[in-house]
Order: sequence, then C-alpha cells, then structure tokens
Amino acid sequence: MERTEAELIAAVLKGDAASFEPLIEKYSPRVFATARRYARRESEIEDIVQEVWLKAYQKLQSFRGEAPFEHWLMRLAVRTCYDFLRSHQRNRESAFSDLSEPEDDWLERFVHTPGAAREDADAARQLVQRVLQSLSPPARLVITLLEIEDRSVKEISKLTGWSVPLVKVRAFRARAEMRKILAKITQEKYL
Amino acid sequence: MNLVELQKKLIAAARANPPSDRVPPSFEKRIMALITARPVSDVWAAWARGLWVAAAPCVAVMLLFSAMAFFHAPQPSNPSIDLAQQLDNTLLAAVDQNSDSSW
Repeated sequence: MERTEAELIAAVLKGDAASFEPLIEKYSPRVFATARRYARRESEIEDIVQEVWLKAYQKLQSFRGEAPFEHWLMRLAVRTCYDFLRSHQRNRESAFSDLSEPEDDWLERFVHTPGAAREDADAARQLVQRVLQSLSPPARLVITLLEIEDRSVKEISKLTGWSVPLVKVRAFRARAEMRKILAKITQEKYL
Repeated sequence: MNLVELQKKLIAAARANPPSDRVPPSFEKRIMALITARPVSDVWAAWARGLWVAAAPCVAVMLLFSAMAFFHAPQPSNPSIDLAQQLDNTLLAAVDQNSDSSW
C-alpha cells in the first residue's frame, strides 16, 4: 500500500532517509519547472534543484504539516532561485545591440502592426527571456511570479517572505524597470 | 512605440511558453546518494564538539595569564594601606592645593 506524504515525512524525521525518495520523485518536475524560469543552463538548473532538495531534507524538522508539503517546498524553491539570481546578478545582460534576426524581425513587425507580432512566436520568447535576464533579481522574481505565473500579492508575500507592501513596491519598480529596458532596446534599434 | 503594449505582449509571450518540467533520468537517485553520504547533523553534538575544541586554548590562555600575574605583577607590602593612602591623597588634593597657595 502506498504511504501518504505525512507518513513519509514522519518516517524521514525518525531517521529513515529512504522515505524521502518518493517525495523527490513526486515533486521534482515542479521544482525543475520553477528553476527553469530563473536559470538558463541545464547544469545551473540541476544545481538549483539539488540545493532545494538538500535544504528540504535538512530543514524538514521545520515543516509543521499545517500547510501542504508542496507549498513549503515551493517556498524553499523560490527562495533558492532568488539566491541564485542574486549570486549571478553580475552576469545580467545589458547590451541589446546584438538582437538575433528573428527578434529584430518580431520587433519590426510589432512597431508596424502590433497585432501581427504573435506572442507564441519563438522570437518573442527569446526576446522576453533577454529582457528578464536584464532585470535586477527582485524585479525578475516579482515579474515572474506576479505577471507570468499570475500569482496574487499575498501568495508572493508568502513565497518570498517579503511583506505585502514590499511586494507591491517591488512590483511597481519592476514594471518601471522593465519599461526602461524596453525603451533602451527600442532606442538602440530605432535611434 | 507603445512600451506598455510591448510589455504586455512580451509578458503574454512568456505565459504562452511555460518552462519544461522534465527531470533528468535517475535524478532522485543522485539526490538520495548525496543525502545518505552526508553525515547526520546533530546541533547539540556539534556544539559539544566546539566546546571541547575551545577548552584547550582557553586553559592555555588562563595558565599563561596566571603565570604572568604571579611572576611579573608588583607586590605591594601592604596593599590595603597603599590603597587607603592613595584614596586619601586624591580626596584631599584640592585642600592641599589651597593650603599651598595661602602661604
């Protein structure tokens, strides 16, 4: 018979490390999807996810079981991703003169007929990745959670550990930062 | 160019392309190997180990200062009289000064 999550966690806490494996199997896809939002290279993504699971194992005693294990784990994952962004913030891209040809074409199409520039185009995906990589770590985190993942301010507050007013302030600043980057791209291209 | 519109379009592009949730093969085995390879961390055991490690240098420093105090410190013949005299001199310094200037 399959054991429940609570039983598995209790077993791990009693010293049966093997009971942790089903939890890793179950939740790794979600943790990988989260990590892929913030890191590009597969080696970096695997490092982030590995760190999340090691932290989860070490801090399992702090999981009280009041909320689902998944929520607790995702908090850990988001905070680990934020730490990753902060430690790699020097690698942020800032030059937009080297836009690829499809990205250039997509922007061109948007300038002339905004409706014709499709969101599901590969070029749009590459361009948004480029813009997100240029954002500061808090701006990138808040744009990803609020705008892309469509989470509420309250949820973001719980995930990040920031207060609700701080999330609102950072969201406001992040949108402004993103517009500034877009203005820079268009200036470099059209001026 | 309408930057707000462009921003919305790019956000929509990011939403339309959710990241993959693919897990590398036998990833959980790798994590389990790391977990089992790590020594179990017991906070109290680590604290006790730290105390034992710190005990030897503390004893050495204590012995050094005791020796220095024993061999090098000045030994007044009668420390209590010495202290009383010094206190007397300090308290009566102003009076002594006044009586000196009246001459």
